[in-house]
Amino acid sequence: MKPLKHIQSSFVPLPVENIDTDQIIPARFLKSTSREGFGKNLFRDWRYFNNDEAQPKTDFVLNKPEYKGSILVAGKNFGSGSSREHAAWAILDYGFYAVVSSFFADIFKNNALNNGVVPVQVSEDFLDKIFNLENGSTLSIDIENQSITIDATGESEKFDINNYKKTCLMNGYDDIDYLLNIKEDIINFEKAIEGLK
Amino acid sequence: MGKTLFQKIWDKHLVKTIPDGPDVLYIDKHFIHEVTSPQAFSGIEKRGQPLFRPEKTIATADHNVPTINQHLPIREELSRIQVQRLVENCKRHHVELYGLGHPFQGIVHIIGPELGITQPGMTIVCGDSHTSTHGAFGSIAFGIGTSEVEMVFATQCILQNRPKVMRINIDGQLNKGVVSKDIILYIISKISASGATGYFVEYAGSTIRALSMEARMTICNMSIEMGARGGMIAPDEITYEYMKNRLFAPKGIEWEDKLKEWKKLPSDEDAVFDKELSFNAEDIEPMITYGTNPGLGITINSHVPTLESIADEGERNNMAKALKYMGLQPGQALKGMPVQNVFIGSCTNSRIEDLRLIASIIKGKKKNENVKVMVVPGSHQVREQIIAEGLDVIFNEAGFEIRQAGCSACLGMNEDKIPAGEYCISTSNRNFEGRQGPGARTLLASPLTAAAAAITGVVTDIRELLN
Repeated sequence: MKPLKHIQSSFVPLPVENIDTDQIIPARFLKSTSREGFGKNLFRDWRYFNNDEAQPKTDFVLNKPEYKGSILVAGKNFGSGSSREHAAWAILDYGFYAVVSSFFADIFKNNALNNGVVPVQVSEDFLDKIFNLENGSTLSIDIENQSITIDATGESEKFDINNYKKTCLMNGYDDIDYLLNIKEDIINFEKAIEGLK
Repeated sequence: MGKTLFQKIWDKHLVKTIPDGPDVLYIDKHFIHEVTSPQAFSGIEKRGQPLFRPEKTIATADHNVPTINQHLPIREELSRIQVQRLVENCKRHHVELYGLGHPFQGIVHIIGPELGITQPGMTIVCGDSHTSTHGAFGSIAFGIGTSEVEMVFATQCILQNRPKVMRINIDGQLNKGVVSKDIILYIISKISASGATGYFVEYAGSTIRALSMEARMTICNMSIEMGARGGMIAPDEITYEYMKNRLFAPKGIEWEDKLKEWKKLPSDEDAVFDKELSFNAEDIEPMITYGTNPGLGITINSHVPTLESIADEGERNNMAKALKYMGLQPGQALKGMPVQNVFIGSCTNSRIEDLRLIASIIKGKKKNENVKVMVVPGSHQVREQIIAEGLDVIFNEAGFEIRQAGCSACLGMNEDKIPAGEYCISTSNRNFEGRQGPGARTLLASPLTAAAAAITGVVTDIRELLN
């Protein structure tokens, strides 16, 4: 995982609520045995007619060249449904390092954090403000201070992330590194449980 | 202060708590399948780590398998490679695999309980959100991502924030024609597809206590559809009766010892929940969904909402988008609407009890000629059982096509898909856009309501057929 401390970027707005992981990446694209290459199928069925890259749905935001940036901003309850981590891989592979929404599904939130994509949960009001910004406006996400700022106006909001995960994101550590380091504790735990029997 | 069922199990599996961070939770049973495990196997290999406790992981192939001619090589190359990779990975890392052709193969959440692997008091994870099914036995069971699968491979633990706990009480007698699928569709329609996000749910009350294990599994299965990490039901005599003598259930003295432990699991009377909701069973009627998330459900005789009835602009736009995808008009009735497909299967409703129920309704009847009906047993054992009981004869005579075990048309990943633009009454768990195939339109319902539509060819109130 690459360390991630600060993101300043324009954003791609997707003001749709309840975006489930089947929309983010449909199941028929989960056949790969590697983590790479899912970005081209991100929002596949919202992007193309008849699953055909030659027939883009021109009104979909990812097909509008004027919308770009490394932050995706989406309606509330983002990432519901399937536990497929492929959803987080697709978002990262496409080039997003943060998703901003007013509510996230639990499993998606974990999956995103485990891949260095930061889920930034903001209030409904703040989300509306972002959606109302002119295209090309930039947002700044400061992981250490847990804040997101609309650069043009200076309006800012804090977001939640626990200290452990913050440290992981900022240093590029992952949970497996942590768990491998406490293997002794885990073995002792197993012995204690065995002893109880 | 007393403890909840959830707290008792979580605390017993807590290795340590990271200050201002998640808990380290020990996992008793880990189920894996072909889709969400290959990257986790490569992950531990890249780190040079062995699989820490291979005997605690059980594998099967279900999501990406065909449901006919399973003895032949899989035609689609990527699917074949993915299933083959599971075989190789399991062999290399000494994981027990119930793959294609094995008598125990089936949908991961069907086989765990059926084999007696799933037991009360356990922590159970799987790279699949419907892992919540196993909570019906009084275990903490939830879906995880592939990075977390890798954590379990490497250390038999995962890092997890402790969720809040909600109790949902359902009391009273169920109405005629109403089954457990209707209960859970009703609850989700009341609290929305995100109404339990951040929570683990314990289902309680007299209605739940009266349900069979298979019916309880259907309810726990769909907990994720209201955003909950998992659902659980305290074990009781019905649980023990179901488990006793199953292949991997404890036997003899060990069974007696376990039973003593399990009986201590139910939530204490003075336990406090972070949130508590109550519903009356008498209020529940046969349910059906009309939209593109499982929260958009109505009783079979009511109408799709009008857009004017929705105050919130975001929700109104969402509704308009959902109805457009579904090809439905605001305010219209669903009853009487033609359907082209009926899908009976998935980890929600493909157990023997579901298939017995359907067979009892359709016996001696024929499906409507305009409907294609698939019956996909949840496991190879369920398929063998329907043959042993002669249910296959009833299905065949009715024109229902019996397939082999797998996730099938629940998720539009394998060969089984619903054609674009067509309606499907499905006993599965998700009605998302494209879930059953690009452009497919899913109406979620109970096995009874699905069987009724298979016979009539239209959305039907099962109670009219029962009279």
